[in-house]
Amino acid sequence: MSSTDYAALVKQDRVHTALYKDAAIFEEEMERIFKNTWVWVGHESELPGANTFKKSFVGNQPVIVTRDKAGEIRTLLNRCRHRAASVCEKKKGKQSVFVCPYHGWSYDIDGGLRKVPYADGYPEGLDREEFGLIKLRTEVYQGMIFATFKEDIEPLVEFLGPARKWMDLFMKQGAGFGVKVLGEHKFRFPGNWKIQLENTTDAYHFPIVHKTFLDSLDAETENIFDVIGSGGWVEDLGHGHSVMVMIPDLIDLDENLDAPIPDRFAELAEELRAEGHDEDAVRKIVRAVGGTGFNLNLFPNVACSMAFFRVLRPVGVAETEIQHVAIGMGDARTTPSPAGNRARLRLHEHFQGPMGFGTPDDAEGWERVQRGARAGDDLWIMLNRGSEAPEGRPQPGHNAGDASSEVGMRAAYQQWKRMMTA
Amino acid sequence: MSTATMTETAISLDEATRFIWAEADMLDRLDYKPWLPLWTRDGCYTIPVEHETQDFENQLNVAHDDEEMRQARVKRLLSGFSMSAAPPARTVRTVSRFVVTGEGEGRIDLRAAMVLVEYKYERTRVLAADVTYRLVREEGAIKLDRKVVRLANCDDYLHGIGYLL
Ligand code: FES
Ligand SMILES: [Fe+2]
Repeated sequence: MSSTDYAALVKQDRVHTALYKDAAIFEEEMERIFKNTWVWVGHESELPGANTFKKSFVGNQPVIVTRDKAGEIRTLLNRCRHRAASVCEKKKGKQSVFVCPYHGWSYDIDGGLRKVPYADGYPEGLDREEFGLIKLRTEVYQGMIFATFKEDIEPLVEFLGPARKWMDLFMKQGAGFGVKVLGEHKFRFPGNWKIQLENTTDAYHFPIVHKTFLDSLDAETENIFDVIGSGGWVEDLGHGHSVMVMIPDLIDLDENLDAPIPDRFAELAEELRAEGHDEDAVRKIVRAVGGTGFNLNLFPNVACSMAFFRVLRPVGVAETEIQHVAIGMGDARTTPSPAGNRARLRLHEHFQGPMGFGTPDDAEGWERVQRGARAGDDLWIMLNRGSEAPEGRPQPGHNAGDASSEVGMRAAYQQWKRMMTA
Repeated sequence: MSTATMTETAISLDEATRFIWAEADMLDRLDYKPWLPLWTRDGCYTIPVEHETQDFENQLNVAHDDEEMRQARVKRLLSGFSMSAAPPARTVRTVSRFVVTGEGEGRIDLRAAMVLVEYKYERTRVLAADVTYRLVREEGAIKLDRKVVRLANCDDYLHGIGYLL
């Protein structure tokens, strides 16, 4: 089998292990996928005002995401137009100019070339218009910022399609205050990026891999996390996107606000009252504090997962970086609840990050996949689980299966195949 | 303590050093059960994400454990059901370069350097950290009241860590 016959490597219910370990395939993915689609680069709240920026990546290319004085958000390649030095090595911050440290070319926050030292050394003159930082097309939906190298791609909202409904629902965890980034964990694992991509809608592993997390919860919460037996489902949303509903009761956080406050949140509710929130707001915050009951996977690199964004960055064929971006309540117009956000942070620390009760076990599982994939030459990754979805739950016309089905992975690999063979 | 006094005697650097080395030895041997009672009831074990922060409550941490979370963490690591901790990585750590930053009645604050080498799966990794300790004397015994492990690369990417720092 030729390693470039991409169509032959992806069948309806299985994919070839070459997809995890062939370096040539990885290089092609960077071109055909990551340079040809909308890629998540950040959240609006990370650019809290005029002249703010953050570093990010589109595929494996470093970029700076900026907000100018007028509020416009841009994605700029982090590469000086003179001799390619990176112009920004701060994670995030506030400044209106980027000065290249090598020969001093300076750029405005919108990427325009501002000044060139000793410019008369270019006797023929230098067209400053021509040498601004390279801009990528950038669009925002629900505060999530996406960029693309592909100028003529469809608008972001079309690319998201039916996934937008789930993004709208996801942002309800702001409890009316809006959603903002509180912090992030970053970690790497020695394995291919698609192993992580698969994981976001893989409920099948949850009770096995995360047994020690489940054991650390009180009985009531442990029940809620019985994600396989609770009537949830996985749904193909098109364009490689999928949603896995784990806790159907927590799909819409605006519903069931009259339900009694669970015991485990009694203390938080008291703190919220002490902060001055009325009873309606207290109930809203308490209901939103653990996030939504689903994971939304947006092909190729970001997921909205319960109470955080999960971002993947392909580093090499067998090296992937993951960010778990903790989100809480509050935006530029509102005063967030410190107690509510503290609760979010502690919940995030409990599961996520390099020492969470969940993440290291996921990372170990993913590494095991990469190590095991070395065995055998012509073996396949099975993605054929898929019993029927609960009656009437998924959107009619969508391909769906129960919570432990592998529908989401099949959706992602079909998109992979479309893009790799286009 | 041979004499019961109203005031707790100060903790010497020598006592503190022995205590910290004994703790490091426990952690490398995965001897987590006796590690738990080394702590005061309100003791706080923190591994921040932001390098300069002091406000651990309102920021994201790698770990920010009270007594309940420490117990849950130890239970998890020793359960045999955590893929990342069974089998565990082997670790060898040294703690040194002690500087006393504060002293009081029955209390000492120190900072120190820790270098930890981890081995698992044909691979050796190094973690470096500045660690601050607050040790207090409770009924004669020295206890950990605060331990903040500031990894040199805390705000950069890490790997899954299936053991205690
Ligand atoms: S490389 Fe940036 S000014 Fe020369
Ligand atoms: Fe998981």
